Amino acid sequence: MSLRPDLAVIAHHVLPDSRVLDIGCGDGALMLALRDTGCDVRGIEIDPDSVERCVSQGLSVVQGDADRDLADYPDKGFDYAVLSQTLQTAARPDRMLDELLRVGTRAFVSFPNFAHWRTRAALMFGGRMPVTRSIPVSWYETQNIHHVTVKDFRELAREKGARIEREWFFAGERSVAGAANWRAEFAVFELSR
Amino acid sequence: MSTSSHKIVLTDPLPLDGGGELARVEVAYETYGALNEDRSNAILLCHALTGDQYVASPHPITAKPGWWERMVGPGKPIDTGRFHVICANVIGSCMGSSGPASLAEDGQPYAMRFPVITIRDMVRAHVGLLDALGIAQLHAVVGGSMGGMQALSLAANWPERAERVLVIASTSRHSAQNIAFHELGRQAIMADPRWNGGEYYGGEAPDNGLAVARMAAHITYLSEDALTEKFGRKLQDRAAKSFGFDADFQVESYLRYQGSGFTRRFDANSYLYITRAMDYFDLAEEHGGRLADAFAGTPARFCLVSFDSDWLYPTSESRHVVHALNAAGAAVSFVELSAPHGHDSFLLDVPALDRVVGGFLG
Repeated sequence: MSLRPDLAVIAHHVLPDSRVLDIGCGDGALMLALRDTGCDVRGIEIDPDSVERCVSQGLSVVQGDADRDLADYPDKGFDYAVLSQTLQTAARPDRMLDELLRVGTRAFVSFPNFAHWRTRAALMFGGRMPVTRSIPVSWYETQNIHHVTVKDFRELAREKGARIEREWFFAGERSVAGAANWRAEFAVFELSR
Repeated sequence: MSTSSHKIVLTDPLPLDGGGELARVEVAYETYGALNEDRSNAILLCHALTGDQYVASPHPITAKPGWWERMVGPGKPIDTGRFHVICANVIGSCMGSSGPASLAEDGQPYAMRFPVITIRDMVRAHVGLLDALGIAQLHAVVGGSMGGMQALSLAANWPERAERVLVIASTSRHSAQNIAFHELGRQAIMADPRWNGGEYYGGEAPDNGLAVARMAAHITYLSEDALTEKFGRKLQDRAAKSFGFDADFQVESYLRYQGSGFTRRFDANSYLYITRAMDYFDLAEEHGGRLADAFAGTPARFCLVSFDSDWLYPTSESRHVVHALNAAGAAVSFVELSAPHGHDSFLLDVPALDRVVGGFLG
């Protein structure tokens, strides 16, 4: 099974045998990959059907709302906190970032970049909220309530005193090298504090 | 499936939370499936308040199928082709383990001389059984409702005894509402003149009181939707209301049937003792007031399951346990399953529960 590109990057860069909390773990694809590298992985997921699929595969996943439930986890209980494609759905992404770096020594965050040229073009020329392959759901039914760009995220990290250790950018399956805020559909950041 | 019935007498007296100890404790239990060579494939199933050890074998009094046949058996989620399943009657009960109907040293039934026990006392007897069987560590301890309390108690007090802890539709403490319903049941029993201070063995038992207790409890096991769906305002075997106090409504007739059926297989004093044990249950209180401390350093993996229609032990109670386990750094899974039946969902046809149980047990 091939992992989504952002998850593949994270799976590749988490050190083996680490303790990992996957926030918004979905059907557990990243957790399964990390388990194979000897990691002790826990998940939080809001969708009960996804949780059931994870638990049926023997993964430790708690059904819950990360906005509320992260508070129960002890400080630095994990080597890594992972937030993939979930930051933009958080009630307060700024507080979520604080929580990530409280429960984890390091954090991986991936999100769709709202400043990708396709999104900009949809607004500029269509005058409508963009529906693209990275933002596939109409504005009225999307869970993405806090759209964010690569530039915005860097700024938030700076304000929060988080150090960007590494960053990766993708357009579809392809890796993007320069002009990320224009060319990247997805971004992955590794943070520490 | 190899099934067998057993009874042992624990060699040591059982120390009790209420002080003192209980000598010559008998534990009656059923086993299903074979124990492997290194004794590592045992699963302890803990039964609920009015349950018993007949998980997947016919009940000796009612001849009804076991209470969890849909879950336990060859190829089922708790697969007796792979696991050695043990289910012991809790002490205080009336299906072969020591309880108020058992004979005391003077040859007379204990009745109310039986000591008030706790969930932890029940589990202490289970641990005595495991010691006698030479099972150092269970593959899993599994329980729903009061069975879940026992599973949590085992995990908190004997953390090395179970690798996996599966707790379904349960709680870490009895709420005021839980206690209130139990008190209603106890008062119904004690208000029956035949109860006679618990001294009714050999004579007529307080069946009317016990039936009322069961009727009240049964309502708490079902959701309002389930009752409405099943009975609505339908009348029982009649075209019009009788303007009397017969069971006009189907729901009345059903409850009366449940109540009287229950008295055939259950002892009223056992009902008093076991409900008391549940009311006393507060796992945090046993561990200095902080639930996370009950699980500090636990090596076990946990899975908690609640049902959205269960108002007896609602999802918030499971979440409370999950939060404590997270705070303790334990490996925990939790899912709230959607099922219409209320608290009894854990005994009924909920395919998602089968998948979760099978997956968690590995």
